Order: sequence, then structure tokens, then C-alpha cells
Amino acid sequence: MSAIRGPRDLYSGLLFVVVGALTVLIAINYPVGDAARMGPGYFPRALGTLLMLLGAISVWRSFRLQGTPITRWKWRPIVIILASVIVFGHIVQFVGLALSTVFLIFAASAASHEFRWKEAALIGLFMAVLCVGVFVYALRIQLPIWPSFA
Amino acid sequence: MDLLQHLELGFGVAFSFVNLLYAFIGVLVGTLIGVLPGIGPVATIAMLLPVTYALQPVSALIMLAGIYYGAQYGGSTTAILLNMPGETSSAVTCLDGYQMARKGQAGTALAVAALGSFFAGTVATVMIATVATPLSEFALKFGPAEYFSLMTLGLIGAVVLAHGSFLHAVSMIVLGLVLGLVGTDVNSGLARYSFGVPELTDGLGVASVAMGLFGFAEIILNLQSDEKREIMKGKVGRLWLSMDQFKKVWPAVLRGTGLGSVLGLLPGGGAMLASFASYAVEKKISDDPSQFGKGAIQGVAGPESANNAGAQSSFIPLLTLGIPENAVMALMVGAMTIHNIQPGPQVMTSNPGLFWGLIASMWIGNLMLVVLNLPLIGMWVQLLKVPYRVLYPAILVFCAIGVYSINNTSFDVSQTAAFGFLGFVFVSLGCEPAPLILGFVLGPMMEENLRRALLLSRGDFSVFVTRPISLVLLLMAVALIILIALPNIKKKREEVFVEET
Repeated sequence: MSAIRGPRDLYSGLLFVVVGALTVLIAINYPVGDAARMGPGYFPRALGTLLMLLGAISVWRSFRLQGTPITRWKWRPIVIILASVIVFGHIVQFVGLALSTVFLIFAASAASHEFRWKEAALIGLFMAVLCVGVFVYALRIQLPIWPSFA
Repeated sequence: MDLLQHLELGFGVAFSFVNLLYAFIGVLVGTLIGVLPGIGPVATIAMLLPVTYALQPVSALIMLAGIYYGAQYGGSTTAILLNMPGETSSAVTCLDGYQMARKGQAGTALAVAALGSFFAGTVATVMIATVATPLSEFALKFGPAEYFSLMTLGLIGAVVLAHGSFLHAVSMIVLGLVLGLVGTDVNSGLARYSFGVPELTDGLGVASVAMGLFGFAEIILNLQSDEKREIMKGKVGRLWLSMDQFKKVWPAVLRGTGLGSVLGLLPGGGAMLASFASYAVEKKISDDPSQFGKGAIQGVAGPESANNAGAQSSFIPLLTLGIPENAVMALMVGAMTIHNIQPGPQVMTSNPGLFWGLIASMWIGNLMLVVLNLPLIGMWVQLLKVPYRVLYPAILVFCAIGVYSINNTSFDVSQTAAFGFLGFVFVSLGCEPAPLILGFVLGPMMEENLRRALLLSRGDFSVFVTRPISLVLLLMAVALIILIALPNIKKKREEVFVEET
């Protein structure tokens, strides 16, 4: 096989190098100043360079040291969980807390391979009542309960 | 001295109805999430940070602190009954606690864990109260150079004691420092790394980052495996211990408390390290080490006392120096800044009610926890029967509402989701996210102190080694690095953390 022995080291190292490089690149526009009068670009450049260096060591190590392989990602839960939360954030103001909670519970439950329609509906209902009670009435967080167009 | 006066003031604050209520909510929630595997104190505190806006600062801190040490109690319940750590810090309790449960001594193990924790909590509270005053007075001598060196030591300590690869832990800290750069630079007013997004000029929110990295990522991770969780079977048994067992237990509790109180003080330390160390010690000095792993009662008593002592004494550096030493404390800094309290030695003098009230509430909270955990154990056992597929959508909803309510923008929710994905990527690449959050919180403070120190010294970097306190702190940091590079210690460190996974 290939010379890559530590895939975790390789990918995390690359990630650090890229982020470090971007940090330094963007900081080019910020004034550096000198040690006595540091500009807003001084610390970012130092950190970005350090991060690149650390990432590079990790990449180098991935060819030298045997590491654990990366477990295959299951995309279904990743996509469903994140997407349902993002959608929730975008609809809650218009649809209201009650319905968006039911939506989030329903959508998120579908990420599990043990998904059951009736159960999800029941929990959704229960959580909607609970959340409206706790967040809107008890904690007085400013959120509409019902759709604004209703 | 006026320690008694201070405690009187503290108990006065802590015994008010509102604060008792929030202490109770804190320890209740703490026990709850401690019992439930798959959600830890970091995620929970991140989740509740936005909610604390509405509270009095002292009530907010009392509640959040209760979650942290409450989780130490709850974690042991799951460890003993299900052989599964409810919290990482109770991982070692599984070893002997579950074996005791299999022999029908679950009740005894639970009683030892709760009473040991209570004892440890009491001692740690007294310790915080006694060392706080002298330490804060000492800390008032600190200038920017000392603070910068102290934070360096703190970050290096966090690396040494983090689990997994040393290199990755350092990288994660630096990455955290980089993320801390986002937002308006205080000195020049320049918006750094905001990419023209107005929401980013205030910086990334600590609640979003933490909730994403710890809350969302944890859920995604748990859903990656298909296995079903074990459901609790069998009986709990008698909730008490015999005189004979008591004699065996109390030295272990004392040692665990001592060890935990000290290790909790170390940067990067806290509950988890304390429990691992205590288990190792108990096994080493036991007359019959072969009993360990087969239901040795000391193997439950020591670590359970240690993790609670460690959880509480890790508040000391935060309260006296203003330096968070683990991810939970980093979030406490976030909670204090929400209420415009700058953590540091001046908190004690400028806000004595808050300071001593928080300390007094810890003891009260511990007392509540004994009641919550012994007579009410049946309730928690029932909770363990709730399947994960029901639990995680509920957790998700709380997180989403919490993060949305910070600024009422969908931007924060999307940002949290992004960090959730990142957190998952990190764990699958073998990078622990806890050091990142520490770097993230300390980043702006470090830059500020670095700038100030060098401004005062006219750009001369030697100020960090010519000022004695700063030099000592830096030498300690160097010593830590050397220590970890030694092959012997390196091996030991790997052994300790292997047990956990």
C-alpha cells in the first residue's frame, strides 16, 4: 500500500496547515507594528505560523508512525442532524416555537436507524409543550409561540 | 481570621430562596446529565449559558457550578449499574463498581460513592475558602508578564494532561487561540477575520463553539454506531455499608480527597485526572491488588471522592487568578463575562457576595446531592431505561433553542451546527476538542497581556524571564514539557488513558 501510515495524523495535519496558512494570508492586510507597539496583525501571524508548523510535523509523522485508521463516516446522521438544526434556526421566528420544535424532533429522530413515526410524533408534541412552558413562560425568552401569519 | 465572617456572608447569600432554588436546579440537572451517558457537563453548561442572561450573576454561577459537581455524583450511578461511564471522570468507577453490582452490592457501591463524594466536597469547599484569600492577594502582584506566563503554563498543563496525541493537543490549543482572534481587535478597533459578516465582528460565541463541539458532535458520534444501549437489570440492594466495609473505605476516601484537591488545582486538571490517579494509588498501596477489578470497595471510594474534590478545587485558579484550567472553567469565564464580571483576583473584593455565596453554595449543593442520589436512586434508575433515540432529539431541541435565544439570530444556530461538524471531524481524526475551547477562551486574554507586557518593556522579550514570578511559571511550563518527553512518563501517560477507551 501507500506510504501513509497514520491517516489521522495526515488529515489533521493538513487541516492545521491549511487553517494556519489562511490565518497568515488574511493577516497580511492587518498592520503588524513591532514588539513594543503590536498591531492587530502581530499575534495572528505568529499563531498562524505556529499552527502551520505543528500541522507540518503531523503530516511528516503520518509517513513515519503507524496510526489508527479513520472509521468510515455515516453521512445520514451527520447531514440530518445538522440540516434539521439549521432549518430550525431559520424557521423558528416565522413558524413559532411550538411547530418548529415538533419539526426538529421529527427530523432529528429520522437520523436514528431506530426511527418510529408514532413515537417521534408523541415526543414532538410533548417537547413542544415543555419548551413553550420552560423557555417562553418560565424563562421569558422572546420567541413567538405560533406562526406569525396565522 | 475573618474566614468565619466571609462564610457567614456566603451562607447568607446562598441561603436565599432564589439561590437555593438555582443550586437545586443545578445539581438536579447535573445529576441528570451525569446519569445519562452521551451528554456531559461541558455540553450542558454550554447549553444553559444563554439562559443565564436572565438570572442574577450569583444565581447563574451557583447553578452552573452545581451542574459540574452534580455530574460527578450522577456519573457514578451509571458506572456502577451499567458498567458504562455516565461521565469520563467515572470511567474507573466502572472497573470495581460494576463488579460489586454484579455481586448484588450495587447499593453499597452507590452509598460509598455518594458519601465519599460528600466528604470530599465538604473538604474541598473548606479548602477553597481558606486558600482563596491568600492566593488572590498574591495574584494582585501579577502584572501582564506574569499573566502571560501563567496562561502559557495553564495551556501547556492542559496539553500534558489531555488524552490522546501530544502533538494534536498542542495543535488544538493553537487552533483555539486562532479562533479566539475572530472579532474586533480591542486596541485598534479593526475587525479581524470577520469576512464582512456583521455577526462575526463580536467574535465567535463561546456558547456556540462549545455547544457545537461538545453537544452536537457528541450526538453525531453516538449515532455513528448501531449498537443499542444496555438496559439496566437486577436490583440495587441495600443502600448502606457494614462497619467492616466502613473501616476499609475511610482511608481510601481520605487519600482520594487529598489527591483530588491537589490535582484539581493543576492546570488542565480536574475531575477526570483526579479519579484516574486515585485508582492507581489505591491499587498500588492495597494489600491485595488482585482484588482490584473484581469488586474492591476502595476502587470505588477513592476515585469517587477524588473526582468530586477535583471538580471543586478546579474552581480555585478561576476564582483567584481568573485563569480557567479546563473546558468547564473556560465556560464559567464565559458566564462571568456575560454578566460583565472580569474573572480575576479582584472579584473577591469587588463582589464578595458573589464570591463567597458561590463557595457556600457548593457545600449546600453537595448536601442536596446526597439526598438526590441515595433516597431517590430509584428515579435515576428509571431514567436509564429511556432509550437514546428518544433522548437525543430532546437534547438537540434544548441546544437549538438555547443558542438561538442568545441573539435571536439564525446565524448563531448555523454557526453552532458548523462547529458540531468540526467537532465530529476532530474526534474522528483523533483530536480531543477540550484543549481547543481552553485556547479559545484564553486567546484574547493572552494577546492583551502579551501586548501590554511588551509595551511596558518597550518591546524587550526578556521581561518574561527577568521578572521572578514570571520566570518561575515559565520554568514550570518547561519542566512539564521535559517531563512529558521522558520515555518513561510518556508510556505511563499512555497507559493511564488507555483504560478510559
